[in-house]
Amino acid sequence: MTYALLISVFVIATCGLVYELIAGTLASYLLGDSVTQFSTIIGTYLFSMGMGSYLSRHIGKGLIGKFIQIELFVGILGGSSASVLFLVFSYLGTFKLILYFLVVLVGILVGLEIPLLLRILKARLQFKDLVSQVLTFDYLGALVASLLFPVFLAPKLGLVRTCFLFGLINALVAAWTAWLFREQLPQVKWIRAECGAVTLLLLLGFVYANQITALAEESLYSDEIVFAKSSPYQRIVLTRWKDDLRLFLNGHLQFSSRDEYRYHEALVHPGLQSIANPRTVLVLGGGDGLAVREILKHPSIEAVTLVDLDPEVTGLFRSNPILRQLNQDSLNSSKTKIINADAFVWLEQNPACYDFVVVDFPDPTNHSLGKLYTTAFYRLLHKHLAENGAAVIQSTSPLFARQSFWCIVRTLESVGLRATPYHTYVPSFGEWGFVIASKQTYIPPGSYLENLKFLTADTAAGLFHFPKDMHPVDVEINRLNNQVLVQYYESEWRQVTQ
Amino acid sequence: MNRRQFLLTSAGLVCVGEICSCISHRHEAPFSGSILGASHNIGHLLREGKVPAATQERKVPVVIVGGGISGLSAGWKLDKAGFGEFEILELESEIGGNSRFGENQVSPYPWGAHYVPIPTKESRAVRELFEELGVIQGYTSSGQPIFEEKYLCSSPQERLYIHGRWQEGLLPLVGVTQRDLDQYERFRALVAHYKGHRGRDGRKAFCIPMELSSQDKELVALDQLSFSDFLHNEGFDSVPLNWYMNYACRDDYGCTMADVSAWAGMHYFASRDGGAGELEDSTVLTWPEGNGWIVKQLRKKLQSHVTTDALVFLIDCAPQRVTVDIYHPKENVSTRIVARDVIFACPKHLVKYIITAARSSSTQYLNEFQYAPWLVANLTLKSFPVARTGTPIAWDNVIYDSESLGYVVATHQSLRTHLPQTVFTYYYPLTGTSPTEERNRLLQTTWQTWADFILKDLSKPHPEIFALVSHLDVFRWGHAMVRPRPGFVWGRARRKAAENLDHLYFAHSDLSGFSIFEEAQYRGVLAAEHILGKYRIPFSSSL
Ligand SMILES: Cc1cc2nc3c(=O)[nH]c(=O)nc-3n(C[C@H](O)[C@H](O)[C@H](O)COP(=O)(O)OP(=O)(O)OC[C@H]3O[C@@H](n4cnc5c(N)ncnc54)[C@H](O)[C@@H]3O)c2cc1C
Repeated sequence: MTYALLISVFVIATCGLVYELIAGTLASYLLGDSVTQFSTIIGTYLFSMGMGSYLSRHIGKGLIGKFIQIELFVGILGGSSASVLFLVFSYLGTFKLILYFLVVLVGILVGLEIPLLLRILKARLQFKDLVSQVLTFDYLGALVASLLFPVFLAPKLGLVRTCFLFGLINALVAAWTAWLFREQLPQVKWIRAECGAVTLLLLLGFVYANQITALAEESLYSDEIVFAKSSPYQRIVLTRWKDDLRLFLNGHLQFSSRDEYRYHEALVHPGLQSIANPRTVLVLGGGDGLAVREILKHPSIEAVTLVDLDPEVTGLFRSNPILRQLNQDSLNSSKTKIINADAFVWLEQNPACYDFVVVDFPDPTNHSLGKLYTTAFYRLLHKHLAENGAAVIQSTSPLFARQSFWCIVRTLESVGLRATPYHTYVPSFGEWGFVIASKQTYIPPGSYLENLKFLTADTAAGLFHFPKDMHPVDVEINRLNNQVLVQYYESEWRQVTQ
Repeated sequence: MNRRQFLLTSAGLVCVGEICSCISHRHEAPFSGSILGASHNIGHLLREGKVPAATQERKVPVVIVGGGISGLSAGWKLDKAGFGEFEILELESEIGGNSRFGENQVSPYPWGAHYVPIPTKESRAVRELFEELGVIQGYTSSGQPIFEEKYLCSSPQERLYIHGRWQEGLLPLVGVTQRDLDQYERFRALVAHYKGHRGRDGRKAFCIPMELSSQDKELVALDQLSFSDFLHNEGFDSVPLNWYMNYACRDDYGCTMADVSAWAGMHYFASRDGGAGELEDSTVLTWPEGNGWIVKQLRKKLQSHVTTDALVFLIDCAPQRVTVDIYHPKENVSTRIVARDVIFACPKHLVKYIITAARSSSTQYLNEFQYAPWLVANLTLKSFPVARTGTPIAWDNVIYDSESLGYVVATHQSLRTHLPQTVFTYYYPLTGTSPTEERNRLLQTTWQTWADFILKDLSKPHPEIFALVSHLDVFRWGHAMVRPRPGFVWGRARRKAAENLDHLYFAHSDLSGFSIFEEAQYRGVLAAEHILGKYRIPFSSSL
């Protein structure tokens, strides 16, 4: 029986550390800044364990019964903590409060366990053995948890499942203790029932962990999720609310079907319409096929080459019926050729020139994406433009990220391209900016296609006027070896979102 | 056993099983790798002289011994001048020497030299080569070179892991005092002073190539002092500043600042003045395979002149001709080349084993050439380590309290936006005790021990590194770099070693007293131009 109890020490220690690691990981995952999150969580947790140990003196009679109850509590609280926190983060605004409340509570309960076990074991062991053995098993448990967690549990099971699993283990320790001491316990039946109920609950949680995660994610996106998949490159989520379809890549909104026509008409036509008799077009990024849809409206177009990194995205937009309706099946057109490749490298390896190039990359949120906005990239773009051709570059918001926008304009100019900046309003994005880059002076088209929903020649003139709050600012040129754009972008959007 | 007992026991067993498998993984190293390195046993053959005698004989007018940067540069110059009758002999299976590289399915990566600073005005040959290779695309109206952007080190260039976070740049900024900052400023001013300073002979105080530096006694006197004494005398006692200085010496010279002369120490900081326009002096040129990229380009040009797996073990100078005896380890035969002239582009410490003239005369001065041992490892990672607070992953990533120099990211220059895997090149100069003892330690330590050492070091900033590694190769450089000890750079031994014999020309970075690309290239081109001059072949000097 002594050994059985020592094994409990080991198991309890493992569970205790796992809860702590989960809280820390979750906090850094959801709140960012992992060093701060981890150290404050660990601090709070250790302090709470101390409180638990202190409080253990107030527990008098019926040690074993109390111990079982505490185990069950730890099991249910600790075991459900990850899912509770996920849901709280998604549905309520007060995440931190609940996080620390849970950490303190679990900490206190875990802190209670070891002193109680010490007292239970007191009668069975000499003091020096007692301390040495209990502490040995305690630290051993901690070691196992700290090794298991990063290598096996977090990557293989996920946080929510791991949490339920360890809750279950706590509950089983409780049940086992109840069985070991069945002779000495009053109300054994009642205790058995409790153990059974908790175990069942946690088992359900373990089995339905995915649904719980999905529930949480759904609320993060506020609308119903109609498609979700992780490709090697990104997390793709498609949501729908009434007739509004939205695409998110890594949580960033790509378009809303209600107003994407504004974005895509503004992206494509001012540039494309200005070219006499355009035949070949290259689209970089834009795997949703919406820019291609606009391009194919021009009858002179013979071939569109779309280069997008992620085959999952292009695959989705070629096969899903609702999305095919949205992009008017542009990706299955006989004129369209789809290439799944890294745009920069692909462009370096392909010599062809194009009449029109659409550069529709994600915003420069990091150094990898920042490369696609450098002089090095634009020099390459220059080489792929036909003499009378033009390119258009999506250039983030000139209102929220003014320096970033003008940095893109100046960078294009620095490689000898003529840059014509313009902007438009897209409700789900806000004020959005584009730049036309050409070898010859850009002359705005005298007319636009009839079948557009947004652009007409008389209103289009307004796109090229920049009100005072979007006027040019002094900026540096973005190069691979300085990546100033990433810095501008980060500081500007941080101001907007805070 | 009843049902409940059974369930509990089996649950317990599952748990224990998992734990065991996890722990055993920890020890079995779930990744592969091995020890690589300059062929040590071939080197031993040289010393022991146990090679078959030469059987066949052929004639080649000019033989270049050694296919490192200096030997290849000599070939480059001969070839450019339209002289094609030369052969480069290299003992390894690959040319490149200390600038060799490797490649796997993830990326090419360096095994040694990994960057070249923006060349100075005086590094004319470097500029000429870089124009040829498209590294320099042209010049501005003010005469500044315009570099191909993808060869300039991408931002962020460097970061330092200090007090639990990554900061940008290598000069410590986290947790430093005003006093430290004042000293940084004062040191900066000192460097600026020396950059602009010319000696009484009108030459730059510190120049690359080093031979063009001023011979002003006051400046040359700095060579007598150790760099650490110099800093001490100048009142630089800031701990982080001294850390940085020591780091710089370990990085460039493979020894601590107590073992580096003040002249060499200042040279590191004050000679690099190639920056202009948007480029800072500290900007570097780099490629995924490091300077191996340059080796690749030179290989394309010189392929037909190169013989690899060719160990030169005897060079005998007669009045009218030189014989070069070569052992071919793959075939286990030796051959002889009769040459008019030979360029010896190998480390100096080999002279006494190979060159007969040196065998007879006093070679005492050669003992002044001491070498720092280095270890370089390439780690293939399944994914990048998670980003933590501070500066995102840079090209050069240094850990403050570490014996190593940290790691360089081989994929940093990649233009891809998405890189699932990567290769880290880990640098470790063994500066602990004497070079001989450290060399023994380098050669006697097992792969497993090195792997543990490296991962433990890298786990400081990246606790999860163990789980990310899929392959780890270790490369041992027993005699990696000549040490610019106090008194060596401007001492007698180095000058004597640079003196050519009648038909034997010396070309190796050793002759400059410290090992960098520019010096290796300079020595090679210089030797080639001597020969071109002697043969009266018209050429325009690259120097
Ligand atoms: C780990 C490390 C990192 C470095 N990093 C940098 C850096 O980042 N930037 C920089 O500028 N420099 C760096 N260096 C310095 C580097 O040594 C020089 O840049 C340059 O490569 C030296 O070229 P070399 O021709 O003078 O010498 P070596 O590279 O030593 O060339 C000598 C050649 O001769 C061959 N050889 C030797 N003996 C014989 C024989 N008997 N027969 C035939 N062939 C023989 C050798 O195999 C070798 O190929 C680094 C060096 C090391 C070791």
